[in-house]
Amino acid sequence: MNYLVEENCLTIFLPQEVDHHYAEEMKKEADRLIERKHIKYVIFDFENTYFMDSSGIGVIMGRYRQIYLLGGEVWAVHANERMKKILNMSGMTKIIRLYEEEE
Amino acid sequence: MKTTNEMELLFDSKSENEGFARVAVSAFLTQMNPTLEEVEDVRTAVSEAVTNAIIHGYEGKEGKIYIRSQICDHVFYIEIKDDGVGIPDVQKAMEPLFTTKPDLERSGLGFIFMQSFMDEVEVESNPGEGTRVKMKKRIGKGQEVWTTQSL
Repeated sequence: MNYLVEENCLTIFLPQEVDHHYAEEMKKEADRLIERKHIKYVIFDFENTYFMDSSGIGVIMGRYRQIYLLGGEVWAVHANERMKKILNMSGMTKIIRLYEEEE
Repeated sequence: MKTTNEMELLFDSKSENEGFARVAVSAFLTQMNPTLEEVEDVRTAVSEAVTNAIIHGYEGKEGKIYIRSQICDHVFYIEIKDDGVGIPDVQKAMEPLFTTKPDLERSGLGFIFMQSFMDEVEVESNPGEGTRVKMKKRIGKGQEVWTTQSL
């Protein structure tokens, strides 16, 4: 429902608020899919998200470590200004790719 | 005369309550007429402190988390307290990327987020005596500039 697998790419549609409560659940499901479906690319879709705390950063960092070892990439798409600020502050933008839509 | 208002919350250390704490605190904050960014800043800081109490203070076990918040003119005060295990070295705990729970994929950024989004963060803790996080933020900075400017 909130996860979409296409070829070796996993898109995670994040909820409105990404906190520790949600992060725990997402970690389990994402890891299961990464392993079973031979995922190399993970896309975090922030379309509906307006809140994320450091627990969300933990999830992205964890998935990045896995995917990096597999030679893949992690992307963030549809991030609003607040989410970009959070991703910037935490240094995430140095390791993951931020997809910016064209004006 | 100073306008003051105060509220208190007490809830179980369950992760479901992280969202509840954010909603309750931001609802109380609304009367200060904050900007959207200020609301998000406070919500993030509250989320970090409550998550810390659940994961580190009570280590996932049951306990109570206590929030006390006060509005005094344009300053918002909030205190988040637990009766958990406490922090042996507060200074170390506040260092960027430091975490005692890397296995849980904690980013080690909780206190950094609190410090970046609030004006002041103070942590009182001792092993076995729980933890108290006190934070302060001035609300309505933008509005004040706007209302005091001559046309």
